[in-house]
Amino acid sequence: MTLPEKKDVPIHSWSLTPVERGDLVRAERNQDLNAARGPYVPRGLGRSYGDAALLAGGKNILTERLDRILAFDPETGILRAEAGLSLASVLTYFVPQGWFPPVTPGTKFVTLGGCIAADIHGKNHHVDGSFGRHVREIELVLANGTRARCSPTQDPELFWATVGGMGLTGIISEATIQLRRIDSSYIVSRHLPATDLEQVLNLLNDPDSDDDYSVAWIDCLASGKNLGRSIVILGHHAKNGELTAEQRTDPYPIHAPIRWNFPFIPPLSLINRWTVKAFNNVYYQVHSSVSGSQVVPYDGFMYPLDSVGHWNRVYGRKGFVQYQFVLPTDQAADGLREVLERITQQRTASFLAVIKRFGPQGQGLLSFPKTGYTLALDIPITGQDLFPQLDELDCIVLRRQGRVYLAKDMRLSPESYRVMYPRSYEFDAIKKRLDPDSQVRSDLAKRLGIGGLS
Amino acid sequence: MKGFVLVLGASSAIARALANTLASQGYGLYLAGRDEDELCRLASDAHYRYDVPTLFSRFDAQDDDSHGEFFRKVIKEAGSLEGVVLAFGYLGEQGRASANFSEGKRILTSNFVGACSILAECANYFEAKRSGFIVGISSVAGDRGRASNYYYGAAKGGLSLFLQGLRARLYHAGVHVMTVKPGFVDTGMTFGKPGMFLVASPEDVGKKIGHALTQKKNIVYVPGFWRYIMWIIKAIPESLFRRLKL
Repeated sequence: MTLPEKKDVPIHSWSLTPVERGDLVRAERNQDLNAARGPYVPRGLGRSYGDAALLAGGKNILTERLDRILAFDPETGILRAEAGLSLASVLTYFVPQGWFPPVTPGTKFVTLGGCIAADIHGKNHHVDGSFGRHVREIELVLANGTRARCSPTQDPELFWATVGGMGLTGIISEATIQLRRIDSSYIVSRHLPATDLEQVLNLLNDPDSDDDYSVAWIDCLASGKNLGRSIVILGHHAKNGELTAEQRTDPYPIHAPIRWNFPFIPPLSLINRWTVKAFNNVYYQVHSSVSGSQVVPYDGFMYPLDSVGHWNRVYGRKGFVQYQFVLPTDQAADGLREVLERITQQRTASFLAVIKRFGPQGQGLLSFPKTGYTLALDIPITGQDLFPQLDELDCIVLRRQGRVYLAKDMRLSPESYRVMYPRSYEFDAIKKRLDPDSQVRSDLAKRLGIGGLS
Repeated sequence: MKGFVLVLGASSAIARALANTLASQGYGLYLAGRDEDELCRLASDAHYRYDVPTLFSRFDAQDDDSHGEFFRKVIKEAGSLEGVVLAFGYLGEQGRASANFSEGKRILTSNFVGACSILAECANYFEAKRSGFIVGISSVAGDRGRASNYYYGAAKGGLSLFLQGLRARLYHAGVHVMTVKPGFVDTGMTFGKPGMFLVASPEDVGKKIGHALTQKKNIVYVPGFWRYIMWIIKAIPESLFRRLKL
């Protein structure tokens, strides 16, 4: 049985670049995965940036239709589902019952498989760790066509290779995860302005300004004494006592904001120095004047960008790069300052930049987060000089024992990768055992030499 | 709860979308098809999404000898039915069918003869019950015979006529029969096929059919613009049409 294919079509990631040509294969039901023949890369909803879910010249297997909910225990909140189920669907069906994803990234349009493969983190990493911590069991389709189940207790080696393993251990077909109980679908949120880098790091580290969810939006164009000026955004799921009487009568509304779609790709990026500077000034002024806490719907707090469909198109046809790295705690203050100063020198316009404090590292062999601080930057690609500039930032990150997030990367070098991910050699050993011919491969894996590919 | 709807051919994308729309309206689902593993998954999924009872069992459109026993089993397990959705189909390959009638026969039995067989059971049941609905998923391909697809077109055309006859017979028993003619829908049937255009998502199609059912429409094209496309196609004189390579 062969699966229907769209041969030799353009495929790209969320950053709209690179655009490669490959074959698209779509699975309609679980059994279809048994017909997968490599080389192939599994692909969810394609929200990674760069080339993690791309295989030029090969098969890109779409798993988004494998989204059946198989079991749910309303007492414990344990959910078992096909791995193509999106967090958006989890929210739709389980928020009304009082459950929320344990960890959620900045978009809800990601699959459970993608969450596992990238071991995604959210605004609550400092409390709850990354997604892998909340996964009870995974079922995989291996390169040889057989299925394997793994968990922290059953074949933990395969489990922790798969968590954060960028899809390279096989196609994640099923996942069992632990949802978190919520009293309501509202968030109690606060905004705290910070005038400079030192202040934002203090606020992120201060128990008095701590909360379950915390993140800081940072103005990358502020320089001099304003370097690192930010708004710290804090929040937690509203408890029953924090709601108004009216809200208590209907504590779990689903917030489905009116979405409009960015209708086409503009010829030039709409993000440039001037628009960004103007936006940042306004954003900072508006948010510094809001004080106290507000009770807000979860969607705007968790997923501000999801309300604009295809927001990635704002960057124009040349697309953009997401550069995200983490620095260990003792390196963070100096390291972030160094990076921000270098960006200012380079005059690199970044629209969306966030800082987050991370808690301890998980057990995924290639997982990104570790104790310290992460900075994530969106940078439009306007010319070729961007990539050498990012190489310079890599040097800073490497020197300070940090690492770059693979789910957002499109240009890291294999040498840097090996230093940043010391457990990558363990991963390679497992990968070579599971998949000696590298049937499961991606352009990311080829670029970084993962599993002996080149 | 509203009572059960029997969905025949439940593992197709259109069937799933329509079944989910019905479940969201409170109907229980009885899912039927050949892939029991998939039916089990779909039954769980609909149950957890929409909090309705779901049942499933094996059904083979081509094995018409089994249809009577199958239908009795459904009634025994579900108690009663509010409606039936007929959503199974087999596109097949025109070229292969022309060369070898076994493929052609499969296209005809899967889409037409098998459909008539199970519809006969359903019709007798609802006529006696004096209520209920039947939704038959036919196709725009059944509106006119084309050189590129006439086995499938003939089967679906036949199905449309059969449903039309049933509609008239069952009207007097207060039973509604709706014919649905989808254009191109983004499913495994069309993925990667050349010549696709204006392809609709299964979810959209499911919602539109659900809506048309509440309005008791007779013949529904989904998406709606296909009604006009087919009107034009059907209006072309035969002496011209036979020369076109459609």
